[in-house]
Amino acid sequence: MSRETVVNLILAVLLLAVPLLANAVGQPFYITLATRIAILALAATGLNLALGLGGLVSFGHAAFFGIGGYAAGILATHGFSGDPLIFGLSGTNLMPVIWLVAAVTAGLAGLAIGAISLRTSGVYFIMITLAFAQMVYYFAVSWPAYGGEDGLSILVRNQFPGVNSMRPLSFFLICYVVLLVSIGLFALIRASRFGSALQAARQNPVRVATVGIRPFRIRLTAFAISAMMTGLAGALFADLNRFVSPSMLSWHMSGELIVLIILGGTGRLFGPLAGAALYVIIEYALGGITERWQFFLGLILLGVVLFARGGLLGFVTGKARHG
Amino acid sequence: MTFALALEQLLNGLQLGVMLFLMAAGLTLIFGVMGLINLAHGSLYMVGAFACATVAAWTGSFWLGLIASLACAAAAGAIVELLVIRRLYDRDHLDQVLATFALILIFSEGTRWMFGSFPLYLDIPPLLQGAVALPGGTQYPLYRLAIIAAGAVVAFALYLLISRTRLGIRIRAGESDREMIGALGVDIRTLYTVVFALGAALAGFAGAMVGALQSVQVGMGEPVLILAFVVIVIGGIGSIKGALLGALLVGVIDTMGRFLLPKVFVLFVPPSQAGMIGGALASMLIYIVMALILAVKPRGLFPPAHA
Repeated sequence: MSRETVVNLILAVLLLAVPLLANAVGQPFYITLATRIAILALAATGLNLALGLGGLVSFGHAAFFGIGGYAAGILATHGFSGDPLIFGLSGTNLMPVIWLVAAVTAGLAGLAIGAISLRTSGVYFIMITLAFAQMVYYFAVSWPAYGGEDGLSILVRNQFPGVNSMRPLSFFLICYVVLLVSIGLFALIRASRFGSALQAARQNPVRVATVGIRPFRIRLTAFAISAMMTGLAGALFADLNRFVSPSMLSWHMSGELIVLIILGGTGRLFGPLAGAALYVIIEYALGGITERWQFFLGLILLGVVLFARGGLLGFVTGKARHG
Repeated sequence: MTFALALEQLLNGLQLGVMLFLMAAGLTLIFGVMGLINLAHGSLYMVGAFACATVAAWTGSFWLGLIASLACAAAAGAIVELLVIRRLYDRDHLDQVLATFALILIFSEGTRWMFGSFPLYLDIPPLLQGAVALPGGTQYPLYRLAIIAAGAVVAFALYLLISRTRLGIRIRAGESDREMIGALGVDIRTLYTVVFALGAALAGFAGAMVGALQSVQVGMGEPVLILAFVVIVIGGIGSIKGALLGALLVGVIDTMGRFLLPKVFVLFVPPSQAGMIGGALASMLIYIVMALILAVKPRGLFPPAHA
């Protein structure tokens, strides 16, 4: 086993052990913290597919995160009130259905945004994905039907068949399993022919085109899958907070998702999880000491970018792997 | 809807466009010369506004505040360039995005630390208070007209600076071939610092001017920054001409969209819904325009020839 595999295993076990322990000693707060880590890691794993493997620096993934969140919120609201949604279909409070809708909606949005954004590259791509996310953000703010600026509350957390999702530990376990399955999917994609083409398109698009593969289609597919995963995370995040608001769509969120990946280590399988854990712990620890924690978070982040380019996993495993 | 009202909105759109140009010109200059994407440009806008409000409150003079905003923003820009930005020129855009995102966190929280969470207020100077009568009979604030004029003057000065002075020649040379002008003996590091400080001063100036219209608060630079991104993407990154055209386009389309779209929808749907649909669509309008322009010209309206 390589050193990275060992570190990955330790991370996975730790993320499971802490909430179990917290549950045993009656500290549900730490379970919520771990759930937050799992969900953010899931969102960042989605982004890592586009950013880490495909080299597509999307600064607009908050759009997909928020779309997933709103899918959950809107379905739950209609499920609760009994009002039909569209085409006479009613809402629902079943998580599997909500996840499907969230992932598909986010994926479709990813296709649309990707189809335009991927015609460009470099700085243009960064700014255009940012602009599209802002467009979704302003739409959510100015459309009053689902709360507008005030957001939307989910009165009762959605249900998963056979599990009492209101128990913090049960909800954590749901998120944990979804995260592991998604990381597994990420590994499968990375090792597949599609994944090889995607990584090759990042390293040398001209060569990829020369062997007869159009980078655009590969990238668009990756971008859409990436959006689906992040959308799924958004649905879970909405259920964790039992609240959706435009802040899930804000550009700070997009920035945070990139930060998670970089803190953990770009393109690495467990980079997003390592980054999310580090981020939430920094937020919690600094937040306990000073109200100005964002100031110090900024300094830490600046230090990581300027001096420690491999992120946490790069530091632990000692091998630089960037971009 | 009258002609006078439409004219008023058009002027508001121009005023927004002029302010966006001041932001976008700095961004596009910094990208063109150094190849750097600077998210913290909105923070420099905020620095300018806070400097102006603080000095104006101390001295009672808006004009001293305006000078302070230029000086503070340029100084902040130079310091940031020397400490941080300089290390980012050789990095990929991802690192630049992250480092400047970190700078935003530091600037925003630092400003909140120094000034508290409450917004500051900046009064319009007595000389520019009052209103001007427009054809059609409505009154239009003199200060907004002054902003449009100031923006036009700065745009012209920038044009002269870049096309007529030695510094401008060096900036243009830096855009087309960095190694070459270094080889010709121009101190490229100093040039970069100067360009960054110049961009920062423009942002600070915009912040101070707008500060008298809105409240001066933490985070005020971020919506403007994103609009400025839209502007330079539409105009072509690195092109000042594109930034000017893009800024006026975005300013006018955004303002007129918010004004006209609800009125257009009244013709088709009930008024209560027209406001909602029109308002929601108006807030997305410039992004839709951007998408349309990029669908036809992926590198913007005036793509730089060498890139």
